[in-house]
Order: sequence, then structure tokens, then C-alpha cells
Amino acid sequence: MYSPRFHRIAETDRPKIVLTVDGRPVDAADGDTLLTVLMRHDGWVRDSEFDGQRRAGFCAMGACQDCWLTLADGQRLRACTTVARTGMAIVRKPATHD
Amino acid sequence: MTDGDMTSADTPRIAIIGAGPAGIRAAETLVEAGLRVTLIDEAALPGGQIYRQPPPTLRRPAKALYGFEAGKAEALHSSFARLRSAIDYRPETLVWGARDNRLLLSSRAGNTEIAFDKLILATGAMDRIAPVAGWTQPGVYSLGGAQVVLKHQACLIGKRPIFAGTGPLLYLIAWQYLRAGSRPAAVLDTGSFAGQLRALPRLARQPRTLLKGLYFTAALRAKGIPVLYSALPARIDARDDNLVLTYTRNGRSHEIAGDAVALGSGLKPETQLAEILGCAFDFHSPSRSYLPRCDRMGRSSLATTYIAGDTGGIRGADAAEAGGALAALAVLEDLGRSVPEVRKRQLLTHMRRAEIFRSGLELAFAYPAPAIAGLADDTVLCRCENVTIGDLRAAIPQWNITEMNRLKAITRCGMGRCQGRVCGSAAMEVLASETHAPIESVGRLRGQIPLKPVVGSNFETKAAS
Repeated sequence: MYSPRFHRIAETDRPKIVLTVDGRPVDAADGDTLLTVLMRHDGWVRDSEFDGQRRAGFCAMGACQDCWLTLADGQRLRACTTVARTGMAIVRKPATHD
Repeated sequence: MTDGDMTSADTPRIAIIGAGPAGIRAAETLVEAGLRVTLIDEAALPGGQIYRQPPPTLRRPAKALYGFEAGKAEALHSSFARLRSAIDYRPETLVWGARDNRLLLSSRAGNTEIAFDKLILATGAMDRIAPVAGWTQPGVYSLGGAQVVLKHQACLIGKRPIFAGTGPLLYLIAWQYLRAGSRPAAVLDTGSFAGQLRALPRLARQPRTLLKGLYFTAALRAKGIPVLYSALPARIDARDDNLVLTYTRNGRSHEIAGDAVALGSGLKPETQLAEILGCAFDFHSPSRSYLPRCDRMGRSSLATTYIAGDTGGIRGADAAEAGGALAALAVLEDLGRSVPEVRKRQLLTHMRRAEIFRSGLELAFAYPAPAIAGLADDTVLCRCENVTIGDLRAAIPQWNITEMNRLKAITRCGMGRCQGRVCGSAAMEVLASETHAPIESVGRLRGQIPLKPVVGSNFETKAAS
């Protein structure tokens, strides 16, 4: 059920950037928003704090506030209005001992 | 003039919020009159939502991004480029609140305040949403969001998306997706075909826009995409790799499968700042919503504040350009400056035509109030706080709730990060139908500071400096 959802149609020759999602390296293109990165990676952004169901943003224009996420350094960012940069470390699930 | 610290009548401090069609034309008009303006915008690049520009690394030509509107988009962007050095332009800056004649700003540099003598609100609009059970799942986006993903990111939300809701954007965006290589599973309009026919005489006041709408529908049908009227979405379920949308039509239940869903029932103005400032609002019956009171030129009830573009009611991008210029002329008049009378009359004529067209759109594509009243109890209404329609239906009689802010206080519907931007219209419908009261009597959700989330580190920056 959690699989890539956004599909590129053009603009594929942009410089590549690399960030990490839950500790794993993920490729993106310069100019991708964090929402695009996550939706092309595995199709979700965060767990709802109320029922644990996955969310993946909604309005994509900075209005609904459904796509706030956290970087490893504690920074809080809105995925749909933040352009991805090399080295960003998105943490959706904290690291565990297993 | 109410504010006490105006620097001088010769150098009024003018702030414009929003760098879309209304904000840019307002800035241009004021600069032409020799005034300096501060133009504040949340986006990194000017253009607003309709003429939004992708990040600089994406280089598709204007024709690919804006289609029939490419000429207008390019004209607006080049007007801005000419203005750029003459204005104090603040991109990527959120106005998160206001006090008296001061705006509270937040950007990556931290938080600041600026004072104004005159303020033009050109804050635009967002999708007006009619919720459906299951709409919080990944793969469901607002219609406008689906368009942003296409224009700003050169991506599709899905290869077989379902477009559901009502309004001219439903057809425009489904067509844009078709052209971009997607195959829409269906276009489901909650409005009736008869309603669209009744609206034709008014829509014919802007024949070019009407013809475009008919063209999109014809082009979708020609490719075999089902375009259905009077289709009321009920729920979205994830099944295998699909999202299955259940809808009722003529009393029967149907299903359609796709890999994404785009939902939208017209647009709603971003009026939170007008509210915080204390502008008077009036109930606007055709859109079943409260709108800031303003005169033909955009003067709000406050002497300092002017309303331009979709902020004052949804009239579209062309009217936003005219309304931005008109609001600027109103500022000039109120500052005791002369204004070009011929231009003013032309702009007012343009706005009158836009008003008739707008009333046609409201007739053709009404917000689906009866569908909302019929939604199942397990439908999440407030995405932020996960409040269901059933939660509201239980609380309303238990606490004798008759007013929206009471509803919010008790159920937390509209209390989350979006401040009811997304659920507000539908929550009004639920409260009105549960209490058998006219929609205007339930009131509207109050705006609160901060208007959008502000990161905590910005407050630390300010304390340290």
C-alpha cells in the first residue's frame, strides 16, 4: 500500500541531490519539494498523532498544514513548501534497537 | 486616519500581502504613482497560485505550464520584474498576525514587525473542500494541490486519478492531467447538468472563459473519460493498489477505481488576516460563506485596509488583476492623490462583468451542502484533529451548540494547525443541518494568531537580537 505515488512527466535532467529518509539514502532532483521526495520514495509523510494512520499532505500549497515533518536536527518543516537540499535527514520514525 | 505614528503624508507606508495577480497589479499602480510599497509573499517566486512559478531548476516554457493563460502569466511575471527594484519585496515571508497597524512577519531570517499606514490584502484563495470518508489517506489531494504538483514539480499525483467535486477547476485540471500523459479515471461533478444550463446566460458574459470550459469537457469526453453530473462522493477505500471512490448518482451507489483522487468544490478566500485586523464581514448567500465587507474599489470597513482579488470573493485571475489596480487607486484617492478617472471607470466596468460571471459560476457549481448533510458518521471532517462528522452530530445536541466557535471549543473541529481552512465550510453545513438553522446563523470560525504555524526557533532569534 505504501509505494511511490508521484510520477515525473518532465524536467528529468536536473542535478541530482541526496538526502536521507529514516536513515536511508534517497535520490532526488534539485528543485523537488520534500513532499515530492517522499511521495516518489514510498508515498507517505507522517503518522497522524491521533490514530497513527499515515498522511501524505493534501493541499500541496502551504494551507492545510498536513505535511509538517521533522529533520534529524530537530528542525520542523512543511514538506510541500520546502525545497529539498543535499544532506537533509528526514526522520519519520525514530531509530530503534532492532 | 486612526493610526498615531504615520511618518508623513508624503511617505505613507503601504504594505501589500500576496504577490499574485492582485498584489502585483496593486504594487504596479502604486509605484506608477510614485509611492514605495512593501510586497510580502509566502512563496519564493511571484505569481500567486494561478501563475505560480516552479523552482529555477525546472525550465519548462510558459506554454507548457500555463496553457491558454501563458500570455497572461508572462505579462504578470514581466510586470513584476520591472517593479522589482522599485519595491521592498519580501518573498518566503509569512504574515502570521497583525496588531493595530503592525504586521507580524516570519521568515528564515527570524521574526520581525513592520508598520503600515495602508494595507492591501491580496491573500488569494484555496480549495473549498467537501469531505468524503477516507479522504485523509495518502493519494488524496485537493484539486489545486494536484495542479501545483503538475505545474511546480512536473509530477502527476497519479496515472489514473479520479477528479471529484465541482467548479471550473475540476474540468481544467482533469484536462491538464490528460494532456500531461495521465488518464483520468473519471470526472465526477456534484452539480447537475440542469444547473450548468441555467447558468449559461450569466457565464456567456465572459465568452472566452465559458468556451474554454466547454472545450475541456469535450476534450475529456473525446478521449473516453467519463464526465458525470450529479455524482455525490461518499467514501474512498484503499483496495490493493487502488483507491476506490464510492459515489451515489440518481439514488444508486457506484464505484470507480483509480490510483489517486483530487477533491475540490470551488475556492474559498483566505480571509484570516482581514478577520484578525477586525474587518467587518457579511454573509454572502450564493457561496454560503462570510466575506469581508468591501466597496466596489476594495475598501474594507477599516480606513487602513483594502481587499483585492479573490480575498474579497472568488472572481478569478483576470478580475484579480483589475481588483488589485482598483484597490491601489482607492488607496491613492484616500491619500488625497489624483487618480486616472478613465482607467478607474474601465476597471469598474471589468469588475461588474466579473461579478455577473461569478454569479453564474455560483449557480452552475454550488457547494454540495446536501451531500455533506448525508455523509456517514465515520467521515473525518477535521483532518488536523481527526474529528468525525459523528463526533459533531453527538456533541451538537448534547451541548446545545448553535455557533461555530462553540462547536470548535467543544469538539476541537477547526482547532488544529490549519485553523479550519479545510473543514470550516463543511462544519458550518453540519451545524446548520443538525440544528435545522439557516447557514448564516451558525456564524464562522474566528481567525487566531499565529495564522499559520511559526517555528519556535524564530522566537529565539528575536529574543537574542
